[in-house]
Amino acid sequence: MPDSPAVEIRGLVKRYDGRAVVDRLDLIADAGRITAVLGPNGAGKTTTIECCEGLRAPDGGTVRVLGLDPRTDARALSPRVGVMLQDGGLPTGVRALEMLQHVATMYAQPRVVADLTDRLGLASFARTTVRRLSGGQRQRLALAIALIGRPELVFLDEPSAGMDPQSRHAVWDLIRELRDEGVAIVLTTHLMDEAESLADRVVVVDHGAVIAQGTVAELVVAHDDRTLHFRAVEGLDLGSIGANLSAAGPVGELSSHTRSVSVTEESPGEYVASGHVDPGVVAALASWCAERNVLATHIWVGRRTLEDVFLDLTGRSLR
Amino acid sequence: MSAQSRNPAPPAAAAAWRRVVSQGAFETRMILRNGEQLLVTIFLPVLVLVGLSRSGVVELSTGGAARIDVVAPGVIALAVMSTAFTSQAIATSFDRRNGVLRLLATTPLGRGGLLAGKFLGVAAVEAVQVVVIGGTGLALGWRPVAAGIPLALVALVLGTAAFISLALLVAGTLRAEAVLAGANLLLVVLAVGSGVVVPVSQLPAPLEHVARLLPSGALGEALRGALIHGALPAWSVGVLLAWTAVLAWSAARLFRWH
Repeated sequence: MPDSPAVEIRGLVKRYDGRAVVDRLDLIADAGRITAVLGPNGAGKTTTIECCEGLRAPDGGTVRVLGLDPRTDARALSPRVGVMLQDGGLPTGVRALEMLQHVATMYAQPRVVADLTDRLGLASFARTTVRRLSGGQRQRLALAIALIGRPELVFLDEPSAGMDPQSRHAVWDLIRELRDEGVAIVLTTHLMDEAESLADRVVVVDHGAVIAQGTVAELVVAHDDRTLHFRAVEGLDLGSIGANLSAAGPVGELSSHTRSVSVTEESPGEYVASGHVDPGVVAALASWCAERNVLATHIWVGRRTLEDVFLDLTGRSLR
Repeated sequence: MSAQSRNPAPPAAAAAWRRVVSQGAFETRMILRNGEQLLVTIFLPVLVLVGLSRSGVVELSTGGAARIDVVAPGVIALAVMSTAFTSQAIATSFDRRNGVLRLLATTPLGRGGLLAGKFLGVAAVEAVQVVVIGGTGLALGWRPVAAGIPLALVALVLGTAAFISLALLVAGTLRAEAVLAGANLLLVVLAVGSGVVVPVSQLPAPLEHVARLLPSGALGEALRGALIHGALPAWSVGVLLAWTAVLAWSAARLFRWH
């Protein structure tokens, strides 16, 4: 068992009322790694996680968690797996600290409650009932509850939803620290910056299946294009710029084969060239401007973000 | 926290009895802290006890027994119903809606421990009710048959099982708002119309037959039988067992965690 993945999902299928919400999904998550499951609402993220937590029975495929079956081996798994549900799962009448202390009694050797309350800043609302907590405070309490039993594997369903920036960073630091201690962390999110700054591995899920996966760098590089932004007077001849940039080769020479660079004026005087952007293209832009006595006041090259890649993969239409 | 990577033994659960006792204590605190629930589980039964034993608003033929001797067992039956059914149905349905049941099911407590904890919590609150109602009754002159007290405990356990099963059935299948409205209403209807406080034999004819078949009437009759005559009516015991079997089976099959 030592080298088997913390989570191994093969061909998972889950249907609600005959409709497949998860459709032959494969996913691997390793110990000592943060795996982010990224996807739009309704992509099947939560259902997948709930199958791993033993809360839902798969209609097809296999789910192994720490080498065990989450449905039939629930008793063996429950002390080893920490869970933070998307809707919190906190009774409304209980005080924050009281709830954490209560869940701690379920474990033989829980973490020290005071350590977690310190790390997650729970002290300021320790005696407040859950009903009166803000969304971010509930999330922090739910995270503390997920971690109280010293789990080897943690499932976090949208852990930083509703948190202020300070809380998010405290939560991220704690999650990284757990990862460094060897804990496997699987989190769902639709916050790109969360995935980008936390995840060792990103799994993009849509319509119940994995459509891309890898490190953030791999995903961004695989969907390679960079963008060249510049500012100048409005109304420049886009066709002319595009033709010149497409013909640009390595610095100082004109390439024999053209590469497609398209230019748009996103707002008056704000231009974006996208396609294969290399140093030659930047030089070509500068000379095109010099030849026409156009002063470009800003020129910068943007790397595509995870969000650009995500939107390309999953589309821009609202769901 | 850094101790974890050095620790080769996988994290372990607390002992099963500790988890269940902890959950039972937690459930008890939650019920006793809730003002509305206290109103229904403690103050309302005491009010009924004092009202019925001290005033003749409701006509009761006591068959030779003191009025308080007939009223007190019925009020205890009412109290059991309020705790095992109304209060538990409402609490469980909101816990279900808020994901509390699912979260606790993923901890070492598990689904079985959660259920056992609920039974324990209900039993603890019932103990408080029996002490308060029983104490008030004794102060008002109630003299239960001593030999019937163990039998009354049996009736309490049977009635609790039937009504917790009913609570879990509605909490696991209906929306929380519907349970909140329905559970209180059902308590009132059963209390007034099914021989809980007023002996079944004194209900109007058609109602009398229905009441004998209901768990509420059966619990009232069983407690009066034990505490007035020192004997459990077999019919009532059979009705309670049958309801428990049907309701528990239905709850186990139909309960939805999501």
